[in-house]
Amino acid sequence: MLRQRAQDAASLEVREDAKAFRLRFLGSWLTPSLAGVDQALRGVQPNGHRNVVFDLAAIDALDSAGAWLAVRCQRRLEHAGCKVAYEGVSESDQVLIQAVADGKECEPEPPEPSTFRSFVTNIGEGTFARFGEAGALISFLGETIMSVIHLARRPAELRPIAIVYHMQKTGLEAMPIVGLLSFLIGVVLAYQGSDQLARFGAQIFTVNLVGIAVLREMGVLITAIIVAGRSGSAFTAQIGTMKVNQEVDAMRTIGLSPMFVLAMPRVIALTLVMPLLTFYANILGLMGGGVMAWTLLDVSPRQFIEQLSGALQLSTFWVGMIKAPIFGFIIALVGCYEGLQVSSNAESVGLRTTRAVVESIFIVIVLDALFSILFSIVGI
Amino acid sequence: MAQENAASPRGNGARRPGKGLAIEVTGLVNRFGTQVVHDNLDFSVRYGEIMGLVGGSGSGKSVLLNSIIGLNRPKAGRIMVLGQEMRGLDRRETRSLQGRWGVLFQDGALFSSLTVMQNIEVPLKRQTRLPTSLMEEIAEVKIALSGLPPDAAHKYPSQLSGGMRKRAGLARALALDPDILFLDEPTAGLDPIGASQFDQLILGLRNALGLTVVMVTHDLDSLYTVCDRVSVLLDKRITVGTIEELSAMDNAWLKDYFGGPRGRAASAALERAEDR
Repeated sequence: MLRQRAQDAASLEVREDAKAFRLRFLGSWLTPSLAGVDQALRGVQPNGHRNVVFDLAAIDALDSAGAWLAVRCQRRLEHAGCKVAYEGVSESDQVLIQAVADGKECEPEPPEPSTFRSFVTNIGEGTFARFGEAGALISFLGETIMSVIHLARRPAELRPIAIVYHMQKTGLEAMPIVGLLSFLIGVVLAYQGSDQLARFGAQIFTVNLVGIAVLREMGVLITAIIVAGRSGSAFTAQIGTMKVNQEVDAMRTIGLSPMFVLAMPRVIALTLVMPLLTFYANILGLMGGGVMAWTLLDVSPRQFIEQLSGALQLSTFWVGMIKAPIFGFIIALVGCYEGLQVSSNAESVGLRTTRAVVESIFIVIVLDALFSILFSIVGI
Repeated sequence: MAQENAASPRGNGARRPGKGLAIEVTGLVNRFGTQVVHDNLDFSVRYGEIMGLVGGSGSGKSVLLNSIIGLNRPKAGRIMVLGQEMRGLDRRETRSLQGRWGVLFQDGALFSSLTVMQNIEVPLKRQTRLPTSLMEEIAEVKIALSGLPPDAAHKYPSQLSGGMRKRAGLARALALDPDILFLDEPTAGLDPIGASQFDQLILGLRNALGLTVVMVTHDLDSLYTVCDRVSVLLDKRITVGTIEELSAMDNAWLKDYFGGPRGRAASAALERAEDR
């Protein structure tokens, strides 16, 4: 009683007599079973006949795709100067064929430009887009700094609850992962360092290596990379989703500035939290190095601390720490900027989130290199 | 079969027996936590009819729709669609059943990374093995049938207006020439002209393609112009009838619904249209 998929597939029978060229449509002309007759109908030639008859009397079932095949063949034959008549068409099929025949054809897909041309235009467009993005990011930086100055003058407009909330989300809740990874970096540095320094019989300097590397560079860099991946991306996704939901527009109409409501608390929170996280990462990195030195080199914790305090100056610690708030500021800035750039679809949230992470890590590492140059000039 | 004469209903008739029920839900129970949404609900749709589904907000219209199309697993009850019981189907049977219904979600639910034409080709690629050129032609036929302008085929959903997105969603729902079409608030968010065009489109498609249509709607105008019968979700059960029958019933909610100012206006508008 119901349409069976296993029904006879659509087929075609050609009969010629003196008067006409007859096409008998057989079987069920439903979408799944049309693959065979598609080619057959494309190739039908009426052998010089002027009159063509489409005989649908023996058809089991017809849907709009099947009807389209008939209409398409009819159009082609009529274009070639034949007359096409339908026979044995039931009422419902007639309505269907008419509806399909009434439809306009779609416009063709706009042609793709040549490979070379699109290659060149892609480079050009990409370059302009990059410069445009850089300009927009710098103007966002300016806007952020102006807002910070504004808030410094009128501290009443600070949103302490939001700031603390984001400090908890980005700082407190990041502690397990930041701690674990810093510890492991300390372990790795000590292990690799002791291996190399052993050739000179200078294993004890492993402690100096770990101390300086962790405090100056690794602690803050690892923290920045984790925070960029964890919180920078979250900022973009949160703000981007709010943008898609028109929440940002709603804020503007109420007279709230997304800059103050969304960006400022995040930027301030991350700037405050990054030094704390970095300090914590430094301690755990040193602990990782210490544990490794103990097991590998038999340097007791007491010796480790003595060796360390001989190797380090206070400036070593500050060289790392001073970068932390700046990195935090940059990560939050890029995260919020990319979030506000989201356009109104789900795809762009993902795209912008990826970009936020890549861009903030890129800027962090570039800045780190600049700091190294600066410090070597200053002589720290 | 082949010897039947031309006047007898075949073609679509083979797909639409004209008797029996396209959808038959019996004893449906849906509960979320302690909140009972459906309590021993019965719901049925005949072949070839357009069934409206109405009810207050939160009365469980969407849950009922989701239960029928398999997005929600009911706590109890039997759901027969096109003569097959949903629960007993294996994966292959479920897939072939999915090829025989189309769903238009509220805002079209188009895949945003694909063009309109690619959206329509998705079910075709999933369910059939047709040559690419034929799939494109079929997609074009569906675009034309759903009343989209010829330049819409290669646009992305974000480049379309709300009404066009609905039409594109309809075209995708029609991709496989389904037996049953589910519409979730098809005219919500459309301007009155667009909404009445959409109503006519659905009537026209039902006649051309021999569809059975289930539509969830709050639009009284489309209830009056399009639906053959209306099912109302009242007190966790279904009350079914034509609009005249329903408005004659002695129920406060129904009286408010059809006899309120909007209901009267819609019914008057229909009478004026019929007089003309």
